[in-house]
Amino acid sequence: MIPELGFLSLTIAMALCILLCIYPLWGAHTGNLRLMRAAPALAMGQFVFVLLSYLALVYTSLHDDFTVAYVANNSSSVLPWYYKITSTWGNHEGAMLVWVLIQAFWTVLVAMLSKSLPWLLRARVLGVLGFLGVGFMSYTLLLSSPFESLLPYFPVEGRDLNPLLQDPGMIIHPPLLYMGYVGLSVSFSFAIAALLTGKLDNTWAKWSRPWTMAAWAFLTLGITIGSWWAYAELGWGGWWFWDPVENASLMPWLVATALIHSLSATEKRGVFKSWTVLLAIAAFSLSLLGTFIVRSGIIVSVHAFATDPARGSFILAFLLVVVGGSLLLYALRVAEVKSEGRYQLFSREVALWLNNIFLVVATLIVLLGTLLPLVHKELGLGSISIGTPFFNQMFSILLVPFACLLALGPMLRWKQNKIKLVFNKYALSWLISVIVSSAWLFSSYEEVKVMTLVAVMFAVWIAVTSIIDIGQKVSESSSISRGLKKLGLSYWAMILGHIGFAFVIAGVALTSAYSVDRSVKMNPGDIASLNEYDYRFDGVKSIEGKNFTGHAGIVTVLKENQFVVELYAEKRLYTIGKQFMTEAAIDDGFTRDLYLALGEQFDNGAWSLRIYHKPFVRWMWLGGIIIALGGFLILFDKRYRRRQAPQTTGNKGVMA
Amino acid sequence: MNPRRKKRLMAIVAIIFGIGTSVALVLFALQENINLFYTPSELIEGKGPDKQKPYVGQKLRIGGMVVPGSVVRDEDSLFVEFKLIDTGPLVTVRYQGILPDLFREGQGIVAQGHLTAPDTIEAFEVLAKHDEEYMPAEVAEAVKGIKHEKPVYNIPKGY
Repeated sequence: MIPELGFLSLTIAMALCILLCIYPLWGAHTGNLRLMRAAPALAMGQFVFVLLSYLALVYTSLHDDFTVAYVANNSSSVLPWYYKITSTWGNHEGAMLVWVLIQAFWTVLVAMLSKSLPWLLRARVLGVLGFLGVGFMSYTLLLSSPFESLLPYFPVEGRDLNPLLQDPGMIIHPPLLYMGYVGLSVSFSFAIAALLTGKLDNTWAKWSRPWTMAAWAFLTLGITIGSWWAYAELGWGGWWFWDPVENASLMPWLVATALIHSLSATEKRGVFKSWTVLLAIAAFSLSLLGTFIVRSGIIVSVHAFATDPARGSFILAFLLVVVGGSLLLYALRVAEVKSEGRYQLFSREVALWLNNIFLVVATLIVLLGTLLPLVHKELGLGSISIGTPFFNQMFSILLVPFACLLALGPMLRWKQNKIKLVFNKYALSWLISVIVSSAWLFSSYEEVKVMTLVAVMFAVWIAVTSIIDIGQKVSESSSISRGLKKLGLSYWAMILGHIGFAFVIAGVALTSAYSVDRSVKMNPGDIASLNEYDYRFDGVKSIEGKNFTGHAGIVTVLKENQFVVELYAEKRLYTIGKQFMTEAAIDDGFTRDLYLALGEQFDNGAWSLRIYHKPFVRWMWLGGIIIALGGFLILFDKRYRRRQAPQTTGNKGVMA
Repeated sequence: MNPRRKKRLMAIVAIIFGIGTSVALVLFALQENINLFYTPSELIEGKGPDKQKPYVGQKLRIGGMVVPGSVVRDEDSLFVEFKLIDTGPLVTVRYQGILPDLFREGQGIVAQGHLTAPDTIEAFEVLAKHDEEYMPAEVAEAVKGIKHEKPVYNIPKGY
């Protein structure tokens, strides 16, 4: 009964969503305010019914209703309750429902928080969001409903959730990622609505910016946690695989990063307007492309999802409509968009423009590396793979000019700058960072690679310039506290974003250069050494979880014969799927992680163990979190607070 | 030429130069890092219409089923050697390290490594798909037509 109600509820939501797509857009076209005013209520109705539908799925999963195919395939009666809930986004159909739910959530948020917008724009934004909602919801209803029934022949036990997904990281990673992916549809809708209205003024940029920032911050968090999950759960000590599925999330992130920078220039100086619109379209299109890549099974991936040609064609068709339609509209309207500001070569505008270039180039490289194997195969040239070294090489080349800009840009003023004025600051900060980073690396490591030193130098440089900049801005005021108060939240957002990025660079550089690992075959009592740590294998003990059994290798870690920690590296056998899983044991620290993975047992009682020493690996995720915090901070900026604009009581408002 | 046009021309030249350099870099990096995929029979008999065989020393990926009974382990190191098959000849894979959890005799795997002899690969990475459907798609395609034993716990779809 409940699953049927869930399906029904989704159908009702779909009906409301169709109205949400038609009414406001038609109303805006004909100037009919009554039709436009229906939008917020429809958005609310849509959200409520999608939520009911989702709750029905959660209920079904919690109650082990294996008459529902999705629950039977992705859950089991012995699965802990919190994983029963997460199983609702653990596989394709459920994940689509969560996607639709989040889409409806963003839509209703926009509906509620856009009261100060002129009705024409507001209605169009909601109408476009409605259109996207129709696309995703019809896909979910027609091709991938999580409520499909197995009656009358249903299993008594489910197939259990994929053990890889039974991890705390997986509880929060997908919803955060979807908040990001889908959130980009808001900036997309603003761009389309603005193009339809033909007014791309500062109001538009000002409105779009906090929404874009929020989506981007969620995306940042989602990717960061995804990387952490891969590290903790896959058991090979890596945190980025350049896998198509990962690239699918990186591409919209790169473009969204370009977008938030370009938006700030559009908002403050009225420049790059048409470019910003194009980026907004591209960012969301790439998040759709990502869905296509992940959901269609078209690309071979270690963790690709469903493979179903009908689904692939649907998403491809939707992608073509959205991208094609929006580009067409863009082409028709772009001539009317004029940027006002003028600027010189040496100015913040140019720095931001270059930043955008690098980010777009990076996106193209990822796109190329992801799609080339596919094109190659479709052309009948055979199956190829593009290795991690390709991406690493390209990104380390791009990093140098990009990091340079990142350090220099914030110090530049809008419009124009005399090189002389900032030269001293640059020279000073550069000197500090060279000294600090060389002292750091040469004192800690015997061998220092040029690339590592360069990367760390840039990381330090970004941090130093940020601090100098804060100092300078504060010193212009009469007192420190007053100076600090005067710096806006969006300034702090930028500083946090940049410092977070510095952490990421340093973390990636150091952990790539100085991570070491050893695979050893050990009998109980054996000691293996790696760096300054000794690892004593004390044998294995049996473990038993709710839905798994297995062994835990007990390893005592010693440093100069002093006890450091006792670690349990587990090898689990999930009983229902008969799947083995390596559960790595990690002793985390600010400057290093000790990471152990248990291998297989040999006939003579020995075990294989893999020991990793990973310096500064945590800095990457710390950096990601700092960046995201910066993004969220801007939401509290007073400039973006809702001002109650003169409310539209009659037709006068429509024309405003 | 007026200054405005001159400025534009400079910008265009700079852009072309930038694009040219990046394309060259990308192509160079790609050339180094594309790994062709072979199945055991393609490796031995050649691949494609012109029966191209990889040269010794080439970096490549190979996918096939682990021949049951072919896995040989070293007594006191993590060295392992096994044979891969698709539909015809066998290829030997040598690997030093821990095998993935889903590595089994009779299952499909993908190995990445260098060709050290016409029928031997020194692998630096062995992958088994992290999914309940054991077969990597590339392997599934390669072994189409030969009987593959499905794990018994799979509830068929629509059951």
